[in-house]
Amino acid sequence: MEISEKRTREEFVEKVEELSGQSIFSCNQCGRCSAGCPIVTAMDLLPNQVIRLIQLGYEGKVLNSRTIWLCASCLTCDSRCPRGIDISRIMESLRAQVLRKGGDFLEISKLSLDFLILAPQQAFVSGFRKYSAY
Amino acid sequence: MKIPYYPGCTLSTKAKGLDETARAAANALGIEFVELPKWTCCGAAFPLVTDDVMAMVAPTRNLIYASKEGEKLVTLCSFCYNALKRANKTVKENPEKRDKLNDFIEEKYDGGVKVVHLLEVLRDEIGFKNLRERIKKDLGGLKVAPYYGCLLLRPFDEIELDDPEDPHIFEEFLQALGCEVVNFPYKTECCGSYLSVSPETSEVVAKRTYSILSSALRNGAEAIATTCPLCHFNLDQKQDEVAAEHREFTKIPVLYFTQLLGLCMGIDEKFYHFDRHFLDPHPLLEEKGLLLGGGQG
Repeated sequence: MEISEKRTREEFVEKVEELSGQSIFSCNQCGRCSAGCPIVTAMDLLPNQVIRLIQLGYEGKVLNSRTIWLCASCLTCDSRCPRGIDISRIMESLRAQVLRKGGDFLEISKLSLDFLILAPQQAFVSGFRKYSAY
Repeated sequence: MKIPYYPGCTLSTKAKGLDETARAAANALGIEFVELPKWTCCGAAFPLVTDDVMAMVAPTRNLIYASKEGEKLVTLCSFCYNALKRANKTVKENPEKRDKLNDFIEEKYDGGVKVVHLLEVLRDEIGFKNLRERIKKDLGGLKVAPYYGCLLLRPFDEIELDDPEDPHIFEEFLQALGCEVVNFPYKTECCGSYLSVSPETSEVVAKRTYSILSSALRNGAEAIATTCPLCHFNLDQKQDEVAAEHREFTKIPVLYFTQLLGLCMGIDEKFYHFDRHFLDPHPLLEEKGLLLGGGQG
C-alpha cells in the first residue's frame, strides 16, 4: 500500500464527507459561518478554517481543536451558508471520529454534584450524546 | 379538541411549570392534551452523522406510540420538538433508514404523524386574533423579549415553523396576550445549549447569557420568554455569575411562554412552579399586578 500525504488527505476528506453527507470542496471560504457563529470568540479555529484545513488534509489539527467541542449545533451557520453546506454535520462528523476511538470529551465523574442536581435532564442527554461515545 | 401530547423528560421534573401551565391553559382554551400512555426520552440531540441511526430509535419509538393515539402530536420543549420532527421527516423521506428503524423496533411506521408545537396550535388552530379575544386578563403592556433560541426554528427545511432569520410567531403570540414585544437582535442566537454540561465549555454559556440578556435589557425588556427548558436553565441559572462579573447587569426573570399564557387564562398559582426558577419572577409580576387576584383584569 502506498503511503503518501496525498493518500492520507484523501482518506480524511472521504471520511468526513461520508459521515457528514456534506461536500467539503463546495466551500469557497466566504466566512459567513464564522461571522454568524455565536460561540466563535471562544474557538481556536474559526468554522471556515476548520473546513479549509479539512480540504488541505490537516486531520490532526482539526481533530485536536477545541472548536469541534465548542460547536453547540445551533445550526446558525447551516441556515446561512450560501453553498448549502451543513457545517454542524461536519463538526459532528469530526467529534464522531474522536469519540469512536475512545476519546470521550466528558466524563460524568468530572461533573459537580451541584450541577447534577440543578441541571435539566435534557442537558445531560444532549451533552453526553455530543461529548461521549454511546 | 383532543390532541396527543408528548411532555418529554425535563417537563416531568425541572420544567414542571412549562408542562402544567400548558395543560391548564390549553384546557381553558378547549384543547385537551392527552399524554401518550407510554413514552420515553426523545434522545434530545438529533444525530447529525449519516450512519447514526441508533439515536433515531428513541424519537421514532415515541412517534410510533403517538401514531396509535391520533394524527398529531403536540410538544413544548424545543429539543423534543426538533428531535421528533426531524426523526419523523427522516422516516418519511429516507426509505433506507425507515426500513432499518422499522426492522429494529419491529413496527411498520411511515412517518404519518404530524409533530406540532403548542405555538403552532395556537397560531393555526385557535388563531392569535381569537386568542386575544379569549384571554381573561391582559398582560397590560408587560415588556417581554421573545427568545427563540435555536431548535425551535432550525433547520428551516425540516422544521418549517417560521422564518429562521426573521421569525414572528412568538411576537404575535405575546401581542395576543397584551405584552409589549421587545425586539432584540439576539432572539434567535444560541444560549450555548449543552455546552453548560462540560466544565471545559460552560464558561461560554455565561458569556452567551450576558450577551443575550443585556441586549434584551438594553431594548427595554422586563422579562424574557422562552419555550425550551435548557434555554431557561442557562439564561436563568447563570445570572448570578453574570451579575458578579458585570456590575451594570440587572437580573431579569425568565418565563416560559405557557406561564404567560397561564396568567392570561387565570390559571391557578399551583401550576407555575416559580419556586423552581433561580430568579423569582414574583416581584415583577406583583409590581405589574399580574398575580392571581391582583391588578386590573
